[in-house]
Amino acid sequence: MGWFKRIKKGVTTSTSQKKEIPEGLWYKCPKCKHIVTTKEHKIQMYVCENCNHHDRINSKEYFEILFDKNKFTELDAKMTSKDPLSFEDTKKYTERLKTVQKKTGLKDAVTTAYGNINKLPVVIACFNFNFIGGSMGSVVGEKISRAIDYARKKKYPLIIISKSGGARMMEASFSLMQLAKTSAKLAQLSEEKVPYFSILTDPTTGGVTASFAMLGDLNIGEPNALIGFAGPRVVKETIGKDLPDGFQTSEFVQDHGFLDLIINRKNLKEKLTQLIRLYSS
Amino acid sequence: MEYLEFEKPIEELNKKLTQIKTLGSEGDVEVRETINDLEKKIKDTRKNIYSNLSAWQKVQLSRHPNRPYTLDYIYNLTKNDFIEIYGDRQIKDDKAMVGGWGSIDNQTFMMIGQQKGRNTKERQYRNFGMANPEGYRKAKRLMKMAEKFNKPIITFIDTPGAFPGLEAEERGQGEAIANNLITMINLKTPIICIIIGEGASGGALGIGIGDKVLMMENSWYSVISPENCSTILWRSWEYKQTAAESLKLTAEDMIKNKLIDGIISEPFGGAHTFPEKCFTNVKKAIKETIKECQSIPIKQLVSNRMEKFSKMGVYK
Repeated sequence: MGWFKRIKKGVTTSTSQKKEIPEGLWYKCPKCKHIVTTKEHKIQMYVCENCNHHDRINSKEYFEILFDKNKFTELDAKMTSKDPLSFEDTKKYTERLKTVQKKTGLKDAVTTAYGNINKLPVVIACFNFNFIGGSMGSVVGEKISRAIDYARKKKYPLIIISKSGGARMMEASFSLMQLAKTSAKLAQLSEEKVPYFSILTDPTTGGVTASFAMLGDLNIGEPNALIGFAGPRVVKETIGKDLPDGFQTSEFVQDHGFLDLIINRKNLKEKLTQLIRLYSS
Repeated sequence: MEYLEFEKPIEELNKKLTQIKTLGSEGDVEVRETINDLEKKIKDTRKNIYSNLSAWQKVQLSRHPNRPYTLDYIYNLTKNDFIEIYGDRQIKDDKAMVGGWGSIDNQTFMMIGQQKGRNTKERQYRNFGMANPEGYRKAKRLMKMAEKFNKPIITFIDTPGAFPGLEAEERGQGEAIANNLITMINLKTPIICIIIGEGASGGALGIGIGDKVLMMENSWYSVISPENCSTILWRSWEYKQTAAESLKLTAEDMIKNKLIDGIISEPFGGAHTFPEKCFTNVKKAIKETIKECQSIPIKQLVSNRMEKFSKMGVYK
C-alpha cells in the first residue's frame, strides 16, 4: 500500500507550466539507464562510464576519436548509388536514398579517408549505421575497394571499422558481388604486405562478416558488440530455442577463436598506434 | 513425377495419354492417331509454358523435387569415375557439401557442390543443402589440393543459404565463407562455377568465385531468397512473387547486369523433365569453358579473375 493516495487522475500541471528540457542535453545509457550530459558522453567517447556500454556511433565520431586533431582527407566523398535495378518495395529505393541522405547529411553507408593517427599515416573506412543500417551496396563496395587501393599504393596501414547489417537488398546481386570485390582487393593488399586491421563494432553481421570484416590481419572487436553471420533472430528461429547468454558477442566470438583481440574504444587510438608501430618497426 | 501449379496443363495431358495408351494396349481400338495428337499437344503446351516463365516460376523450377542435384551431375558427367572425399580435417564431414576427384573425357577435375536430398530422411541428412562452416572448409581444402596438382575445379551451386544455426555461428560461418572468397580469388588453377538450382547469398558465393560463372536457365542467384526479401522489405510472406521480379535474380537478368559469364540452356520442360539433355548441355559448356581457361597463362587467368570481380557494381 502506498503512502500517498492520488486523488485526481493523470498529470494535473498545465501545459504552460511545463518545464522544457532542451533535447539532446542528456544521454541515458540504454543498458544501465545511467544518465550523463551529452557533453560528458562525448568526452567519454560515447561509452557509458558506469557499465562500459559502447554506444553506436558513425564515421564522424570515429574520425574525431582517431585522426589527430580531427584532420583527414575524405576519399570519393561524392559517390552515390545509381539504383541499378530500379528497385521498389513499399517505397522507391531512389526516394529512400534521398530521404536518408537528407536526414544524415551522408552520401552512403561508408566514409573513407586518410590522415594521421599519432602522426602515423593510415587509411580508414568507417561505416555509418544510420545510413540504411550500414548496408553494403555498390557504393560501399567501390569506396572500400578504392580505399584499399589507396592504402596499397601509399603503403599506409588500412583500418576498416565495420558496423553493418550486411548486404543491401535494394541492390540485390550487385550487393552480393561486393563481397567478392572487396575480397579481391584485400588479396591484392596482402601481396604488398600492408597491414589491415579490421574493427568489428556493434553490429557486424551478414555479408560484411562473410567478407572483409573477418579477413583482417587482425580482427578486433569492440566490447560486447553483436558479431555474427546470421542475425540472432534467424538463429533463434532455426534452432527453435532461446539463445544462450552472451551469444554472438565479441567476447563469445573471441572465445571461439575468431577475434584476435577486444579493445575498449577509449584505448582504441593508443592501441592502434602501438600495433602500427609493431608491424612496421 | 511431381508437377508445379503452372505445369498442371501438362499433367492433365500426360494423364490422358497414359489412359489412352492403356486403352490401346487392352483392346483393338485404333489409338495411334490420338496418341500422336496428344504427344504433339504436350510438346506445344510445354513449349508455350516454358517460353514465358516468370521469375517466380523459375525460382519454383530451381527447387523442383525432381531436379538434378550436384551428385546427379557429377555421376553423369564422370560416368561414375568419381571418388568422393570427406571431411575438413578439422572437425567433421559436412553432408551438405560434397566433393572429390572425377574425370570428364579423361581429364581430371576437382568437383565440389552443395547437395540436397530427395526425401525427408535424405533432406535432413543433407541439411537441405545448407552447409556449415566445415562444409566451406572442406571445399577450401579440396580446392587447395586441386591447385597443388594443377587440376581445374568445377563447383555446382545449389543452396538456399549457408546454415544459420547456433553451432555454425560458434564455428565461424562468416569467417569460413570470407576465407573461401579470398582463397578462390587467388587460386592458381581454373575454376568454373555452375549455379544448377538455388544460388542464395553468401552461402552460394562461398564456392562461387570462378573464371567463368555459369547459370542453368532455370536457376536463380541473388543476395537473398524472394521469401525472405518479402518478409524483410514488405513485412509479409505474400510479396514473394514481386520480390522475385524486383531482385532480378534470373540467369537472363544476371547476364544483362554482367554479374555472370554465361547461361546453360535447359530443354522446354526443364532439367527435371529431361535430365539427360541437361547433362549433355552442361558437359558441352564445361568442355568449351575449360578449353578457353586453359588457353590463358595461369597468372593472367588469376589476374583476369580479380579484375572481373573488382569491376562489379554500379555507382555514380
